[in-house]
Amino acid sequence: MIRFITQRLIQLIPVLFGVTILVFGILHLTPGDPALIMAGESAPEATVNAIRRRLGLDNPLHIQYFDFLKNVLTLDFGTSIRDNIPVSDHISARFFITFELAVISTAFSIFAGLLVGIVSAVWKYSFWDVSLMVITLFGLSMPNFWLGLMLIQWFSINLGWFAPTGWGNPNQMVLPVIALGTAGAAIIARMTRSSMLDVIGQDYIRTARAKGVKERSVIFKHALKNALIPVVTVAGLQFGYFLSGSVLTESVFAINGLGRLIIDSIFARDFPVVQGTVLVLAVMFVTVNFLVDITYKFLNKRVDLN
Amino acid sequence: MAEELQQTNVGLDESPEAVLKVDDLRTSFFVGKSEVKAVDGVSFEVPKGKTLGIVGESGSGKSITALSILNLIEKPGEIKGGSIKYKGEELVNAKISRMRKIRGNEISMIFQEPMTSLNPVYTIGDQLSEVIKIHQKFGPKKQKERAIEMLKLVGIPSPEKRMKQYPYELSGGMRQRVMIAIALACKPELLISDEPTTALDVTIQAQILELIKELQEEIGMSVIMITHDLGVVAETCDYVAVMYAGRVVEYADVYTLFENPKHPYTVGLLNSLPRHDIEQDELVPIKGNVPAPHEMPPGCKFAPRCPFASDICKEMPELKKIDDGNDVRCWIYDERWDGEKGVKVYENK
Repeated sequence: MIRFITQRLIQLIPVLFGVTILVFGILHLTPGDPALIMAGESAPEATVNAIRRRLGLDNPLHIQYFDFLKNVLTLDFGTSIRDNIPVSDHISARFFITFELAVISTAFSIFAGLLVGIVSAVWKYSFWDVSLMVITLFGLSMPNFWLGLMLIQWFSINLGWFAPTGWGNPNQMVLPVIALGTAGAAIIARMTRSSMLDVIGQDYIRTARAKGVKERSVIFKHALKNALIPVVTVAGLQFGYFLSGSVLTESVFAINGLGRLIIDSIFARDFPVVQGTVLVLAVMFVTVNFLVDITYKFLNKRVDLN
Repeated sequence: MAEELQQTNVGLDESPEAVLKVDDLRTSFFVGKSEVKAVDGVSFEVPKGKTLGIVGESGSGKSITALSILNLIEKPGEIKGGSIKYKGEELVNAKISRMRKIRGNEISMIFQEPMTSLNPVYTIGDQLSEVIKIHQKFGPKKQKERAIEMLKLVGIPSPEKRMKQYPYELSGGMRQRVMIAIALACKPELLISDEPTTALDVTIQAQILELIKELQEEIGMSVIMITHDLGVVAETCDYVAVMYAGRVVEYADVYTLFENPKHPYTVGLLNSLPRHDIEQDELVPIKGNVPAPHEMPPGCKFAPRCPFASDICKEMPELKKIDDGNDVRCWIYDERWDGEKGVKVYENK
């Protein structure tokens, strides 16, 4: 197990390098002179030069990259062009909100998905199975921003049950979590169903029944642990996606998380903030995948280390 | 072979009481609106401490018969009728809670596929202790001791180490031994072995059969040995039921069956075996295949492949005892037989 973790950690290094190169590239892949874009078309020459010097844009590219890397390693992402506040402060102020949204949404996806998937598999081809699978198809097909708008329309404006915007108290959290988590729940439900059906047909389930194991135990102990193996991967990817993919949901519900920070910074051409935020999200995504790998290995002892 | 047969026959005259009596068992599978009668009126007895062989080709219904005994038939399958009496207690329609107490405790089962019959995500120790935990009132420490004792009993070296291993770390033969340990952990009255050696190497086969036989003597249990291999029958069984297309076509003690088979199907099975005691140019296979469920003929299901078939075979013959002691389901031995009289189905060479 320790060897496995070490190997996976070593494999992370090139990935993280790739991430830094891409994020560094954001600035330089944008057409035109970054300093000029940041300063604005009609800015005086002196301002543009000042920005260029401040960002080190007058140095050769590889020197710029190594400076960038050095700063990143010390968690220094520079300062925002808009308000001169360090990017790391911007990120840390908002990070927890996005993280919270992602965690709760993932928990919702897993809980609802497993519940629906297990019910469908255990009573396969029943009325409940067919109805639930049709519902998941809808859940899967709805874009989350549209679902978010519909939820606000019904539950905030028409019924007045939940707050339409913001984040913090439970009343504000329900709708964004449903909007963000529904598609994930649907995917997990369908995954769980097919995985459970596959496992329930296996010889070792018959063995368990022949041993006199209770049906509840057959499903939750013998079948579920096997069926979870592919589901864990999907749930982990969902979490990573929620961290970075909550851009739309945060915009719809006016939640001040990282997603909105990115959008606002892109519109304001605040490149250091965009760079820092994207980098943090990318690192988070990679880390989550690493954790999923380890969980996978923990559940399925047969995973080949290579 | 004859010598071996006589050895397995020792003590046949005692006529011991039956542990299990199956009577007119019918199990069907429903596909759409059509019914496939996988088991169609099977009857047999398993005497205490003895081994009953159930022989037949793939699809003859022998595994379904075995699963029916433990009520492990799953949808779209269903036990349609008949009776399964375990020590006088009716198991068809028994409460599920009662069946769970019987499964793995009084009647155990081992399966054909040792490679897939153990749960891949739990250790050998977990899976073995589980059955002990369900059926015995042992504390955790005693459970573990018993589990290790069972692994030792089935001849698994360094059992303490094996307890912590996962199925993928064991070979097929070792896994089948673990399955046997699980099946016998609660000292059952009856062991159902559904082709326990089919998936194993020949040398391992012999070891596993020997092991089952030894443990049978030690625990004093009865065994149902389901197989398509007449060699296995000759080595292990006291009585044999030959199944064809969901019915028993011949039932006899193993000695009589091999020496003096009566049903043309049994004869066909024996003729298709290689023999080392006589000169043989080639083996004689039974022509044709088991008909598909929807192509089953009325009357005797073997008639289309039977070299002796006559008009009367369009009616279903009864399973009847004839002079030599065999129960046979065949018109040839009936007074209504309209074919060639005195036909000799089996030439004892």
